[in-house]
Amino acid sequence: MSLLETKPLTGRVEEVGGPVFLEDYEAGGGYVAAKKAVTQMTPSEVIDEVKDSNLRGRGGAGFPTGTKWGFVPPGPSPDGGVKYLVCNGDEMEPGTFKDRWLISNNPHSLIEGMVIGAYAIGATKAYVFLRGEYFEPKSKLAKAIDEAKAAGYLGEGVFGSDFDLDFRIHSSGGRYICGEETALLNALEGKRAQPRNKPPFPPASGAWGRPTIVNNVETYCNVPSIIQNGADWFRDLGLTEDAGTKIYGVSGRVNNPGLWELPIGTTIREIIDEYAGGMQDGFRLRGLLPGGASTDFLVEEHFDLAMDYGTIQAAGSRMGTGTMILMDDSICPVDMSRNLQHFFAQESCGFCTPCREGLPWVESLLLDIEEGRGQPGDLEILDQNAQYIGAPGNTFCLHATGAIEPLQSALKYFRDDFERHIVEGRCPYRTNGNA
Amino acid sequence: MATFTVDGKQYEVEAGTNLLQAILSQSLDLPYFCWHPAMGSVGACRQCAVIQYQDAEDERGRLTMACMTDVQDGMIVSVEAAHAKDFRASVIEWLMENHPHDCPVCEEGGECHLQDMTVMTGHSVRRYRDKKRTWENQDLGPFIGHEMNRCITCYRCVRFYQDYAGGKDLGAFGSRSRMFFGRVEDGVLESEFAGNLVEVCPTGVFTDKPFSQHYTRKWDLQSAASVCPGCSVGCNTFASERYGVLKRLHNRYHNDLNKYFICDRGRFGSHFVNSQQRVRHAAVKANDGVFEYGDVNAALDRAVEILKHEDVVGIGSPRASMEANYALRQLVGEENFCRGLSDSERIVTDQACSILMKGGFKVPTVTEVEAADVVVVIGEDISNTAPRIALAIRQATRNVSFEMAESANIPLWQDAGVRGHAQHQRNALYVATSNSTRLDDIAEATVNALSDGITQIASQIAGQISGESHENTFVTSVAEALLAAERPLLVTGTSLRDPNVLNATAAIAWALRAKEKEPAMLIAGSEVNTFNTVVTCEGLTLNSALTRIADGASAVILENDLYRRAQSDSVDRALEGDGEVVALDVVESETLVKANVVLPAASYAEQTGTFVNYETRAQRFYQVFQPQDDIQPAWRWLSKIASRLGRTDASWTTVDEVSRSALAALPGIDASLEELAPTKDFRIEGEHRVARQTHRYSGRTAMNADVSVHEPKAPVDDETPYSYSMEGQNPGDQSGSVIPYSWTPGWNSNQSIFKFQAEVSGDLLGQSGGKRLFAVPSEPDAEVDKEFDFSVTQPTRPAADGLVPFPIHDVFGSDELSAQSWPVAQRAKGPYVLIHPDDAAVLSASAGSGVRSDALVGSFEVVIDDCVQSGSVGIAVGLNGRVEIPDRTIALVVDPDFEPRQLGDARVIAKS
Amino acid sequence: MSEVELIPMLSQEEVAEIEAEISHLPDRESAAIDALMIVQKHRGWVSDESLSAIANLLGMSSAELDGVATFYNLIYRQPVGRHVISMCDSVSCYVMGADGLAKDLETKLGIRFGETTADDRFTLLPIVCLGACDKAPTMQIDEDLIENVSVEKLDEIFEKYT
Ligand SMILES: Cc1cc2nc3c(=O)[nH]c(=O)nc-3n(C[C@H](O)[C@H](O)[C@H](O)COP(=O)(O)O)c2cc1C
Ligand code: SF4
Ligand code: FES
Repeated sequence: MSLLETKPLTGRVEEVGGPVFLEDYEAGGGYVAAKKAVTQMTPSEVIDEVKDSNLRGRGGAGFPTGTKWGFVPPGPSPDGGVKYLVCNGDEMEPGTFKDRWLISNNPHSLIEGMVIGAYAIGATKAYVFLRGEYFEPKSKLAKAIDEAKAAGYLGEGVFGSDFDLDFRIHSSGGRYICGEETALLNALEGKRAQPRNKPPFPPASGAWGRPTIVNNVETYCNVPSIIQNGADWFRDLGLTEDAGTKIYGVSGRVNNPGLWELPIGTTIREIIDEYAGGMQDGFRLRGLLPGGASTDFLVEEHFDLAMDYGTIQAAGSRMGTGTMILMDDSICPVDMSRNLQHFFAQESCGFCTPCREGLPWVESLLLDIEEGRGQPGDLEILDQNAQYIGAPGNTFCLHATGAIEPLQSALKYFRDDFERHIVEGRCPYRTNGNA
Repeated sequence: MATFTVDGKQYEVEAGTNLLQAILSQSLDLPYFCWHPAMGSVGACRQCAVIQYQDAEDERGRLTMACMTDVQDGMIVSVEAAHAKDFRASVIEWLMENHPHDCPVCEEGGECHLQDMTVMTGHSVRRYRDKKRTWENQDLGPFIGHEMNRCITCYRCVRFYQDYAGGKDLGAFGSRSRMFFGRVEDGVLESEFAGNLVEVCPTGVFTDKPFSQHYTRKWDLQSAASVCPGCSVGCNTFASERYGVLKRLHNRYHNDLNKYFICDRGRFGSHFVNSQQRVRHAAVKANDGVFEYGDVNAALDRAVEILKHEDVVGIGSPRASMEANYALRQLVGEENFCRGLSDSERIVTDQACSILMKGGFKVPTVTEVEAADVVVVIGEDISNTAPRIALAIRQATRNVSFEMAESANIPLWQDAGVRGHAQHQRNALYVATSNSTRLDDIAEATVNALSDGITQIASQIAGQISGESHENTFVTSVAEALLAAERPLLVTGTSLRDPNVLNATAAIAWALRAKEKEPAMLIAGSEVNTFNTVVTCEGLTLNSALTRIADGASAVILENDLYRRAQSDSVDRALEGDGEVVALDVVESETLVKANVVLPAASYAEQTGTFVNYETRAQRFYQVFQPQDDIQPAWRWLSKIASRLGRTDASWTTVDEVSRSALAALPGIDASLEELAPTKDFRIEGEHRVARQTHRYSGRTAMNADVSVHEPKAPVDDETPYSYSMEGQNPGDQSGSVIPYSWTPGWNSNQSIFKFQAEVSGDLLGQSGGKRLFAVPSEPDAEVDKEFDFSVTQPTRPAADGLVPFPIHDVFGSDELSAQSWPVAQRAKGPYVLIHPDDAAVLSASAGSGVRSDALVGSFEVVIDDCVQSGSVGIAVGLNGRVEIPDRTIALVVDPDFEPRQLGDARVIAKS
Repeated sequence: MSEVELIPMLSQEEVAEIEAEISHLPDRESAAIDALMIVQKHRGWVSDESLSAIANLLGMSSAELDGVATFYNLIYRQPVGRHVISMCDSVSCYVMGADGLAKDLETKLGIRFGETTADDRFTLLPIVCLGACDKAPTMQIDEDLIENVSVEKLDEIFEKYT
């Protein structure tokens, strides 16, 4: 099999040895799929193909993409209004760095995936919602958009058909919560990025009250090869129940941190040892967050598990974005938890009480414990907060739920560490009070 | 209908009802913050959590926010489940992390929803150790205090101010645990509904600033059910007193009228009752022209002497009660009674009445205004003349968003979802006025013209509806929208003093009716009781009354400053002529000082009586506290005079008696006092009076200790169902229209109102809610249109140089009584004129500079308004103590010495 | 009612850029964030005066627009130095020693996070994960992403930003 067939997302970049623009992209078979979809397939055939492929959203929640697209009322809207297709390129989840790479190196695969998606749902306007800090990816993507427009793949009459697609980038004003898809829609509308209640779900009423689909960058990048090679091929790529490849990443004290496109279901140990080059000398792996900051810790007993949605969930965590953050034995779990909760408390949108008021309390307790001011009973307060903030549905959106995942698992797996801090009145990881 | 189970008990509600609302409607206790009955749910506070079970077998259930769920048939929930209670206590614990523990010194203490909910959830021990966040507060102007540290981030303030009331200058800033609610910078909150923040905020962030200045706990207020005297809507209020001072007004729910909100003229205008300008003593003018005060008997004797004159004229008042007007009419006889309206106001008001009576159009309640699907406002700056109606119109324009939500399966209570889905879609509102208005921002189209232009436009709309064709796009689109409407509403009013405007508006209604549409027609009157003075009788015109007085007739002038009703020279002639005058009033006026006898009249808060609103709804207001000094209700003064004159037919001993006589005298109207509201004989459970004071009312025995250590006997109340003490029943569920304040155990704040409603946002239990004096015919009388003439007479305006003056009304200051309220006086602009930029340029007057005219009293600030027709000038009435607008063009000149009035410059406006 | 125009006009260029954004949006307010970012690009930050000018242009009130402006991290409502250093304080960088580096950075610049150097050269701000976690610790100076930062490299890194 060619590199493009085993690594549909990154193969072409590997072949070209750097960012792929239109000429290289087309030379590798680019836009064949989009052209096929737009000129030879009906929208429902496209949606069915994506459904059959079992592609699941790569933004973290793993929702089946074809199913989501199927929620959009088909055909032109009775009132003649537009539908929107939006790419979630906000990527602010700590420890996650795959979308930046994809946009910078393979921007046309994103555009092509979105052309197919827009055609499938009947959207005439597409937005890439991009992190405001992503200057370099933005310029690469802008260049690719210009190329695609010039080639007639975007704009009026895509591939000479009567399908029009207005394609734009929205640079975010910067807030993690913008990544939450309904908050993203508010941000797109120029408003405060507070999440919205569901229902209405975006496919029924999204951007500007119109039917809208939001998918992750990596999700869209998978679409062209599915249309080109078929759903069966895509399903077969996965090693386990899940389909396709996944961009896995590793950060932390390994010899070779980075990203790799691997068949979905590759084991954690293989990713760390084979691809990331194992732990650096003198550091032992104690635990890891498998898919970004908002996933539960996994520990030694889990390292041989396959990185797929079901397996990681069964182990009590989530595959999330598939980019792991490693905690080695020099890191104090209490302090790392403090760092994480600082992030989540800061990035709370401020709308609902448990998240807005609960997370700062959690952060302040963790700081107290870390700095030797912990008191008996503090862990119970943390447990209680974790329970009440973290249960899905207790807060308005899943930000707080995500925030609590690493905390509750740290309290479970590293409880000794927390207790020692309180009993000893200091952080055992600090020598002379310094990290 | 859906049956649902709460903690083992079954209840029935409409399927799809919001669960929180359904639970509260059963009078059960479930804490909440961000939900509001008028504003729906957003799910921000997470306080209303309950456990929802899948079925009878499910023992664990799932925590769910009641306000974000709707009731399904067979639904099983628990409010009491331990997990739900623990979670709710946690929510309070989070909210209290940063909340100051200042209840003992906080103005909200004792009526604080946060305090109530904290007690209800049982949270009591502080575990959070970090520092509290703090904020700097803003100066939000004379009405609203700001104490941000108390904020619990429920978002209600912005949701009310921006989303509901359309205010622009209050916002939510920041994010995470540093959310700030206020203005971009210090400054007066612009919205005329800002005062509702006091009640909407569940804690003490936004407080009633005038009330704070001489603060009293809610439980130390003596209160009664009242009616706002601010405009012709007649919103219902709780009026509260202590130490002889009317302390504040709160909204009193009325399902057809104000519901949960009143305007700031009403809320803060009530302080005229405590004004320095109050008339407190009877006075007789001696020969040297100096008043001698304080001898009530002498004053009455002198009044009797004056009234023995062979020619006696009585001038009533649209701001005095039905009882006072009736007593005067009875005293002087119908042919000698003038209703006290200016002549122009009288003509336009009579026209309004005949349209209402004979036209047989549906006169909408405020709630019905909210339900309209197309609204056309013709010739009335309703935000300034009847603000509560404008607020309702704003809601009416949202009806389409509910329809859109319904078809998208978005529950109607899901506020953010409904708004987000509808985006900028609104029901059509058209506004035709002489100046820019605060409804323009949501109008589909506006048009500006002087009253004859407006008349013409309205006539053309009527014509277009009947099949004519006009070129004007405003005309055609209004006609089209009205014809397509299911619940069309026409709103007009008397403020331009032009009956043609009303006729032309009625012509539209008539044209619609011919097309099988049933339009609603709302005519805003000039004052709280304008329509009552109309139903009472025809009577004299003011100018003929003035002429008679000038010619030597004696006069009784009831609660009326005639300088606000007629041109100064004719008033001067009358008051400075031979005729002797007895004047009764609440506050001092130019008229009063020219009287021979002055009798201090009770304000609405010091007496019981009746006002008739724009729908001709007669509503009862009750005495809150007994007047001090020589003050007495005007009808009682008049009764005393009558009885000294031996006129038993014009003297009564209780207010109920006057009211009954007045009602009986209404031509062709059959209304008993009992239908209006509970009378003095009403008793809860057949035996208890309604206590004006709370069970916890404190310090009664010490209140007057500086005068006497003996506790005075509580006054006996022979006139109302209330008692002047804490004895009697506290608000009970049979006494909706007489509850003196909203309180129920555990619910100390006004949120407790739901305990007195049949269901959330339903009628008050036991409410009579007033009675409309003109019944709206269910079937329009086909004969009526034949006899009734909607034709418009084109005015002949003298062609002359200068600017055509027209009246404009300002919610703050144009109204005589509220202008005497010190907070309103601070908030009000000084006298001003609106002119078109071109005219300003011709005059070399810039915004903020001053102009004057020979035809006007005093100087005016120039306010530039693009919407004013060039060649005309809008004159803010009342702000210079004058209301009548010259009926000819006027010349303006720049006044180089003019100093604009600064905010907080509390000079009393009516005094020039 | 026309208010007195007290606000300084936005530059023609700014207005043109903002109008270009508005042209493809369903309504003017939807350009709020874009407009704030455009003005910030030209002026370094968004002053109260700029804010009300933008609000005017978009047909919003200042309160509504400031609600938006104060929500987002990348919109500065206070003046910043000529260059903004945004140092990642999120977890991958933390694991790779970012906390220590942050202290070094403060010492080196003589300012705390949130402050601007006396010569107005640098403003130092924390930022969340920059999406380059395999090259931790990271920072961004103006529009440049800088990877594998260490104390030793700081001088060399700063050279370019005068
Ligand atoms: C707090 C929060 C932040 C999120 N951030 C992102 C993000 O940066 N990028 C992303 O693709 N999805 C993010 N998501 C998930 C999105 O809400 C949404 O599920 C996703 O964009 C859907 O795309 P997918 O189906 O292709 O995964 C976030 C979710 C939450 C609750
Ligand atoms: S959980 Fe609540 S406060 Fe937190 S981000 Fe979501 S909506 Fe905002
Ligand atoms: S009242 Fe239900 S979440 Fe606030």
